[in-house]
Amino acid sequence: MEKPKTLYDKIIDAHTVRSLDGDGQILLYIDRTILNEYTSPQAFSGLREAGRKVWNPSAALMVVDHVNPTAARRTRRMPDAGAARQVEYFAENARDFGIELFDVLDPRQGIEHVVAPEQGLVMPGMVIAAGDSHTTAYGALGALGFGIGTSDIEHYLATQTLVYRRLKTMRITVDGRMPFGVTAKDVVMEVIRRIGADGATGYAVEFAGSAIDGMSVEGRMTVCTMIVEAGARGAVIAADRKVLDYIEGRPRAPKGELWGRACEAWLALGSDPGAVFDCEVTLRAGEVSPMVTWGTSPDQAATVDGRVPAPDEAPDPVRRGAMLRALDYMGLTPGMPLAAITISHAFIGSCTNARIEDLRDAARVLRGRRVAEGVRAMIVPGSSQVRRQAEAEGLDRVFTEAGFEWRQSGCSMCLAMNDDILEPGDRCASSTNRNFEGRQGPGARTHLMSPAMVAAAAVAGRLADVRQFA
Amino acid sequence: MQPFTQVSGRAAPFAAPNVDTDVIMPKQFLKGVDRRGLDRGVFHALRFHADGRPNGDFILNREAWAGARFLVVGPNFGCGSSREHAVWGLSQLGIRALIGTSFAGIFNDNCHRNGVLTVSLPSAVVEDLAARAGRPTGNALTIDLPAQTIRVEADGLEIPFDIGPLRKDALVRGLDAVSATLQHANDIRGFEARHHGANPWFR
Repeated sequence: MEKPKTLYDKIIDAHTVRSLDGDGQILLYIDRTILNEYTSPQAFSGLREAGRKVWNPSAALMVVDHVNPTAARRTRRMPDAGAARQVEYFAENARDFGIELFDVLDPRQGIEHVVAPEQGLVMPGMVIAAGDSHTTAYGALGALGFGIGTSDIEHYLATQTLVYRRLKTMRITVDGRMPFGVTAKDVVMEVIRRIGADGATGYAVEFAGSAIDGMSVEGRMTVCTMIVEAGARGAVIAADRKVLDYIEGRPRAPKGELWGRACEAWLALGSDPGAVFDCEVTLRAGEVSPMVTWGTSPDQAATVDGRVPAPDEAPDPVRRGAMLRALDYMGLTPGMPLAAITISHAFIGSCTNARIEDLRDAARVLRGRRVAEGVRAMIVPGSSQVRRQAEAEGLDRVFTEAGFEWRQSGCSMCLAMNDDILEPGDRCASSTNRNFEGRQGPGARTHLMSPAMVAAAAVAGRLADVRQFA
Repeated sequence: MQPFTQVSGRAAPFAAPNVDTDVIMPKQFLKGVDRRGLDRGVFHALRFHADGRPNGDFILNREAWAGARFLVVGPNFGCGSSREHAVWGLSQLGIRALIGTSFAGIFNDNCHRNGVLTVSLPSAVVEDLAARAGRPTGNALTIDLPAQTIRVEADGLEIPFDIGPLRKDALVRGLDAVSATLQHANDIRGFEARHHGANPWFR
């Protein structure tokens, strides 16, 4: 009998073109990529300089998302000359290499990791590599997704493959029922807090367990995008009925007789019983509480009812130093209750938390309430399609009546490459994925949390426990 | 790609854990369509004051570490965003190798695609090297990639390191990976036909 295999190993085996040495390096076939305007230009320039073509233009999609403004009135104007040149060169590359482009005025435009699943481009069993670290998102649909740099984008475009080394495998099992007020975001933040910002470095992560089964496909996308903040170099969750329901009928999904065959193949794809993982992590969903970060690394997090920790309690001098620096940057004092931290900004957006369910969660908190005085609150939907859906449900009115700005789609203030950028000293409750120094603007301070928690913080004017906003 | 054989130069310590690529190359340097001018962006908020003057306290701005070619770094260096600009900038600044306990995955691959060597060693060895690199005199190293050794010039201490044969060969010869892979174009075409036959919905 064959040795039981993990889902990750099955996907890698099914995509191995050939071995490249005796040492585990392989040529890995990649089914799809999504390109953005800021990590792809030098890859296309490389192709142009070498006189190379794109191997399979129809396997790629180009989406403007990182540099475009998100002001309510959409135009082609970019916030600065650099961004304008990137978007212009992006369109030139789409035209010259024959790749489909969703530009800023396209009704399908949005954050690449929201758009690709929306379009039905992501299917179970695929390998998808793209020039953005949050490509791990596609694990939620049973595909192996991972981020690559620009040199590897060029390699992919020219060859449809990557030079790859098989990763170690980690299974993160989350069992039980998520308590009231706890979301997929809180679960993944708790995982990162426990295993650390390098806890999954060198691993492909498979999520499993009854709490993952119980999550919607969108919740699984939150978990899969964010696990890269623990260093995971790929994420995957076995596809189930929910995934098929999510994909069915989308523009690029298989149709007719092919759909039935595909479903059968997809549901059969999972880790074998008894498959051995290099590392196992378990978490009980019932023990998770609403989370916030207090520091400048995503693992510097605590439950919202906790306090800013003391560096003296750090286990080693390196981590103590990192904590001291983080507290200094964040302007926080050890021992202070997290719920006493006042904010100047609230931001709901990003590939991690700006899908329709995230907006519904936020709207539930905001209905009939007002954003606190002195807080600037923004909602940037994950895609133009999500924006239209929210408007069809009347959520935009809930947001604007509460005092939130209802904006157009893009990566926006998750990384502040466009004109949505904070000033030094601003403090933002944010549904994004990175609280790095300067991430939302030089000297700006970011506290990560779920969209509902951002909504609660916006209303309270400080970090707040969403469970008190029932 | 610049081949990496024997490289000598100063090493500078940069011990913080989880140094992310936003810190290595901040957003204002990501608006190009080419790879040029990124040396200025490296550690920008640390290397320069807000008015653009160099921060004399930052290690790479100090006389004893000027022109350093190696950095001895903390765990999980290069985490976060996939931006290869971080590596292009380090390379343009003259950094040829990074020595640490662990590197973030995408960043590590980006380094090797650009002729920047990453060496992973046990934490005690890295701490010792960081202490040596932190001395204003005697912080020079020679990395011999074919021999897989780091030599501390001050006392001749030699530290061996591991690297995969394919990665080593590509770095030593400065190989263009796309040309190498395209030699297997027929294999890729054959695989693709079988793969799409078995999974017609992926086509």
